[in-house]
Amino acid sequence: MEVGLTHYLILAGALFLTGTAGVLTRRNSLIMFMSVEIMLSSVNIVFAAYSRASGDLSGHVFVLMNFAVAAAEAAIGLAILVEIFRLRRSVNVDDLNSLME
Amino acid sequence: MLNVETLNLPNWADARAFVPELVMFGAFLAALLGDIIAKRRPWVPFAIVLFGAVTALSYAVAGLDIQAPAKILGDMVVVDGMSSFFRMLFALTAVVTVLFSWKSEEIMGPGREHKGEFYALIALMTGGMMVMAESTDLIMLYLSMELVSLTSYVMAGWMRGSLRSTEASLKYMIFGAMSSGIMLFGLSLIFGLTGSMTFEGIRAALSAGTVDPLALLTVTVLVLAGLGYKIAMVPFHFWAPDVYEGSPTPVAAFFSVGPKAAGFALMIRFFYTTLQPVVDQFDWPLMIAVLSVITMTVGNLSAVRQTNVKRILAYSSIAHVGYLLMAFLMLTEQGLQAILFYLFVYTLMNLGAFLFVTAVNNSLKSEHLADYAGLGFRSPWASVMMMIFLFSLTGVPPFAGFIGKFYLFAEVMRREWYWLAIVGVLNSVVSLYYYMKIARALYFDKAPEGAGAVPVPALQIFAMALLAVPTLLLGVMWGPLKGVADRAVAVIAGL
Repeated sequence: MEVGLTHYLILAGALFLTGTAGVLTRRNSLIMFMSVEIMLSSVNIVFAAYSRASGDLSGHVFVLMNFAVAAAEAAIGLAILVEIFRLRRSVNVDDLNSLME
Repeated sequence: MLNVETLNLPNWADARAFVPELVMFGAFLAALLGDIIAKRRPWVPFAIVLFGAVTALSYAVAGLDIQAPAKILGDMVVVDGMSSFFRMLFALTAVVTVLFSWKSEEIMGPGREHKGEFYALIALMTGGMMVMAESTDLIMLYLSMELVSLTSYVMAGWMRGSLRSTEASLKYMIFGAMSSGIMLFGLSLIFGLTGSMTFEGIRAALSAGTVDPLALLTVTVLVLAGLGYKIAMVPFHFWAPDVYEGSPTPVAAFFSVGPKAAGFALMIRFFYTTLQPVVDQFDWPLMIAVLSVITMTVGNLSAVRQTNVKRILAYSSIAHVGYLLMAFLMLTEQGLQAILFYLFVYTLMNLGAFLFVTAVNNSLKSEHLADYAGLGFRSPWASVMMMIFLFSLTGVPPFAGFIGKFYLFAEVMRREWYWLAIVGVLNSVVSLYYYMKIARALYFDKAPEGAGAVPVPALQIFAMALLAVPTLLLGVMWGPLKGVADRAVAVIAGL
């Protein structure tokens, strides 16, 4: 069987749904970040697959940019998580309720 | 199609059209370096960023009489009337925020470390917002949005050691990362459907009419998740009240105007360029109309119940997004002019209202409405200006907010969306209630026994006056600003 564009898109769609479900259902903010990274990876797959299929390089460029942004986001996100953990001894979002009315 | 041979590489001619952004990014680097060289004296980065923002502002104002749109930086960025208008708006926001943060205990108070970096972050974010307002390419759209988002996560968590601030930062981050992930998925599908990264290429591909309407609906919804988050449109608004409440007040002030206006600019560019040709295949304006009604209603009704002034202002800013969206979906030049005019006025009055909260927070250490009792007599100058901002936010004459709303509603009526206009007017009436609740606390509620004066530093009074005087003047003499907005819309690329 030839692996074509459709297969990549199905894989990407599955990853995207996994990531979205992860963010929406998990309460541990570390896992939520991980799920967001999964969403970003699924986007990379779509871009790379379409780019390869159409021969247009700009999709690949987007993937590279996306790597850089994801790394920056992870760096900032983890810094915030460390700070939260220092203050609260927990990274569970249900424990974070100092801003509720 | 990316073609290396024909790629319009960045050159010096581009740099000349890109001065305000270069100045802001340069100010960012200079402020960081200056902070270290000056051994962490915060006035050095403060002065650098203030100077940078004023320079950018003057360049932006000079750029207002632009003759023709210019595509620069490999056709990823366009400099046209709208870019110039937003540059001016963002530079102005940066100037006022920088001035105001200097005397804010939350930013500069004891226990804060590396205070100078705050100003560097403001410069970085301002540059990012400017690029956001002028990107015409999916890559630039994404990068500029992330530049603004990542900087804002750091700024929201500025008060290290404060649980509320850190929590605001985390919430902002999680919601933000998720919605930009959703938007990205939409962008990747757009690239797949149209085979193009530039807005104009997408427009050309969509005009051909070969794209399935259902696919279009899907990508529009996905992209709206990201952009709607930036402008705090319902149902992507959950972060706003929490983040505004937890962040330091000057930061909340900045968030409530800067990224929101930048998000609107990006939305205008993206939707007006790419999705305008497919209106008859797929009625996305109606979808935005429904979202606009929900946004203003949810914003106003939630604001009524709040007792924290920052939260009231947060919900009120959500409601204002609803008003702006009304004109957005008209897809006309007049609608755009009304949006630009209103965004300018909104920046003045909303920034002003938040700055009042900052100013009294220094000695009150509270944002609760109950603690605002009698402030009108304890802090007379600041309170008078707050009243101007509140009346203007409500939209009563003779303040600038009235003129802004008038243009928005006039356009909605002209295009015969009567039901939308009626909902909008009813919403404005609701908003009167909670704005006047603040006013009542200031002037009619008795201050507690022994409550002394609430001093506001002269620098902050000056910064508030910078906003209050135009809010008053534009209410009686709005012609010049309207002229600037009309001119900005006249020289606009790709619509």
